[in-house]
Amino acid sequence: MTADQPSALTSQGRLRRAIAAVRNRWRQLTSMRTALVLLFLLAIAAIPGALLPQRNLNTQAVDSYIAARPALGPVMDTLELFDVFGSFWFTAIYVLLFVSLIGCLTPRMIEHGKALRAQPVRVPRNLSRLPLRHSGALDGSPKTVIADIAPHLRGWRTAVRPEPDGVLTLSAEKGYTREAGNLLFHFSLIGLLAAIAIGKLFGYEGSVIVIADNGPGFCNTSPAIYDSFRAGNSTDGTGLEPFCIRVKDFNADYLENGQAEMFTSNISYQSADDIAAGTWRDYQLKVNEPLRLGDERIYLTGHGYAPEFTVTFPDGQSRTEALQFRPDDATTFLSSGALRFDPPGGTYATADERRRGQIAIEGLFAPTAQFNGTLLSSRFPELVDPAVAVDIYKGDTGLDTGIPQSIFTLNQEMINQGRLVKQDRVNLRPGESTTLTDGTNIRFDGAKEFANLQVGYDPAQLWVLVFAITMMTGLLVSLVIKRRRVWFRVLPAEAGRSSVEMGGLARTDHAGWGPEFETLRTEIWTTRTKTHSETLDTETV
Amino acid sequence: MPIDDNLARWSDISFETAFVVYLLAAILFIAQLATTRTATLSRAASLHRQLVTATSSTPGYVPVPERRAPSERLGRTGLALVMLALTLHVGSIVLRGIATGRPPWGNMYEFVSVTCAAGILAGLIVLRSEQLRTLWVFVLVPTLILLFIAGTVLYANAAPVVPALQSYWLPVHVSIVSLGSGVFLISGAASTLFLIRIRYLNSAVADSRVGQVVARLPSAQSLDVLAYKTTIFAFPLFGIGVILGAIWAEAAWGRFWGWDPKETVSFIAWIIYAAYLHARATSGWRDTRAAWINIAGFVAMLFNLFIINMVVSGLHSYAGLN
Repeated sequence: MTADQPSALTSQGRLRRAIAAVRNRWRQLTSMRTALVLLFLLAIAAIPGALLPQRNLNTQAVDSYIAARPALGPVMDTLELFDVFGSFWFTAIYVLLFVSLIGCLTPRMIEHGKALRAQPVRVPRNLSRLPLRHSGALDGSPKTVIADIAPHLRGWRTAVRPEPDGVLTLSAEKGYTREAGNLLFHFSLIGLLAAIAIGKLFGYEGSVIVIADNGPGFCNTSPAIYDSFRAGNSTDGTGLEPFCIRVKDFNADYLENGQAEMFTSNISYQSADDIAAGTWRDYQLKVNEPLRLGDERIYLTGHGYAPEFTVTFPDGQSRTEALQFRPDDATTFLSSGALRFDPPGGTYATADERRRGQIAIEGLFAPTAQFNGTLLSSRFPELVDPAVAVDIYKGDTGLDTGIPQSIFTLNQEMINQGRLVKQDRVNLRPGESTTLTDGTNIRFDGAKEFANLQVGYDPAQLWVLVFAITMMTGLLVSLVIKRRRVWFRVLPAEAGRSSVEMGGLARTDHAGWGPEFETLRTEIWTTRTKTHSETLDTETV
Repeated sequence: MPIDDNLARWSDISFETAFVVYLLAAILFIAQLATTRTATLSRAASLHRQLVTATSSTPGYVPVPERRAPSERLGRTGLALVMLALTLHVGSIVLRGIATGRPPWGNMYEFVSVTCAAGILAGLIVLRSEQLRTLWVFVLVPTLILLFIAGTVLYANAAPVVPALQSYWLPVHVSIVSLGSGVFLISGAASTLFLIRIRYLNSAVADSRVGQVVARLPSAQSLDVLAYKTTIFAFPLFGIGVILGAIWAEAAWGRFWGWDPKETVSFIAWIIYAAYLHARATSGWRDTRAAWINIAGFVAMLFNLFIINMVVSGLHSYAGLN
């Protein structure tokens, strides 16, 4: 803008230009071409999600992937390549895609509403230009011809319009449901995304290991009872639906080659009113057969072994504990883990001595032992001939330091500092024991099975299914139904005959409308000759 | 459920025989493609038939046994062999199902075999017109490659399936997904040939040897229509298969969608096919670009079948290869 122009005009011009710019951007965003590009971007953006380890699936795999690439790993992490489906760029693409979708659908919806009320469009001036066309003569005046054609167009939307010189035209259109199906598909897609988002926002997923000995089990009271707990942003874990689960037993059936045949776990549970009444109900939990309590679902997702040890301290007092070991080998269930025993009160004079007199056990467990010399490995995943190969430590396990520890390994730092000292390394079978120099006896009692239970809650899950079904219905309708138009122009000819021009057009990219046009044409031209005389009579009255 | 080893062995024999018969059929179709004479010759023959107006009721008519062109006879024999091979192929699948007492698609060998059978069946339906018969080569060659990989690299002994697969969703989900994949195979082949056909329309290359062979293919338009028709059949089918998989995953793995690698690539493939359908409705994208998108979709399907199951570890790693 030049300075000598009136300022009012300038601002007006600027406003107009800004509006135009916004409008153009909007048109660009809602165009099919942009939608196509965004679809491609979405497909490409999802590829790293399939090829790189993802945090939501396997955190350890991500950590080791980054550790193996000290230079590139952190950069990739900053780019959120390990959290693809929650990353800013993936979110940006699908949000843009859905904005584009809504921007494209809203006008189409309005247009479709108008089209449903409007009459079929006028007959084009030149029907011979259409891809499907025919012209011929029929008996009767244009009026009778039109009246005769009409019954063949049952189910079509029709409109008869006169043209100068006694010419009559007939427009017919069919297949409006195609657009309706198309709109249903796209709106269901938006509904599907919304339902998924709501489910993620208000849902949670927790997993917990329960030893299958009909012990106290767990109650769904707070996130603290879970070994891992993932919740949506609107869930703080205070409003969990109360229910309790006890695991009575766990059974795994194996084939000879070690492949599992079925996992079954008998559990008892109480939900809502049962808790006050104190009643327990039984359920057999299986893979593929979760327990459903309202919106909460309880799954059997894994299993493993919990070796049991009894430590008898020099003064004769003893402590027994079973603790889950981590299955390191998925086929043989060779597992590793650690146990920590606090000496009972009275064994040591002072609290400090008691803390420094803790017993820790760390090592391997095999459900069916196979010794290679003294080296323990497992032959079969079933509990047939269990054995452990463990290191026994005495000293301070470091639990009081406040530093979190893995339940499967001892704190290496305490061992390095000499505060936890190795006393013995032994292989034990059930019932066998070893005695330390100070008189402490450690006995391996055997092993129990543990079940890995997962609790899931997703309040919008049913809506996801509903939208998925309407989405597929809309898609099928929009792919099967063809939107097509057919036009007739009937001109009066000599000797009570009319000359008829017929033209057809499929409005959508759909091969194969030709045959239907052909059928319609033959129908009109053959039956027309048959019923001709009758109709002529009624018309002349 | 014990495995019936005898039936399992018969299933394997049936599979191998089917492979050999498919191979013979492919050779016959290649021969057909190589020997098809130009249309003018056959037109001359039919003209001759029209000129001789004598029929069996008029004197002087000497019935000449109608001899089919050699290439046409090759094609017909090839088609008969395909039907025979498909019967053997389906027989091998059914026998394995009976031998193991479960739906016969519990590992990758079985899944690829079922997908190929679905592809051949779809071919018998959509390629039944004579004009499209030359396309069989391009369906049979990828099928043979897939079956070869299935029978060698992916082969797994007949065995029961792991606990997660013991569900009534296994027959439903896997059969629909493999049917969809099989039809996508036809679509991918049609789009590839469409692009080749378009390239050799150019008169400069049309006279080359390759150009002459390409000219025997169905017209570019009918290839395009074939690709489109098969995609609009397979697209909703595959989508339904994925949704059924999600319903199953909700019961088996505790969530209906968890971006498991297989789920992710299925999502990618579905998006690509959606892009193909949108491209068909966008001016300037309708022909060549749409065909390329369709091929990209097919590549994604292959990637999903092999790389995801064999290289990337995920919940769908049922290959039985370890």
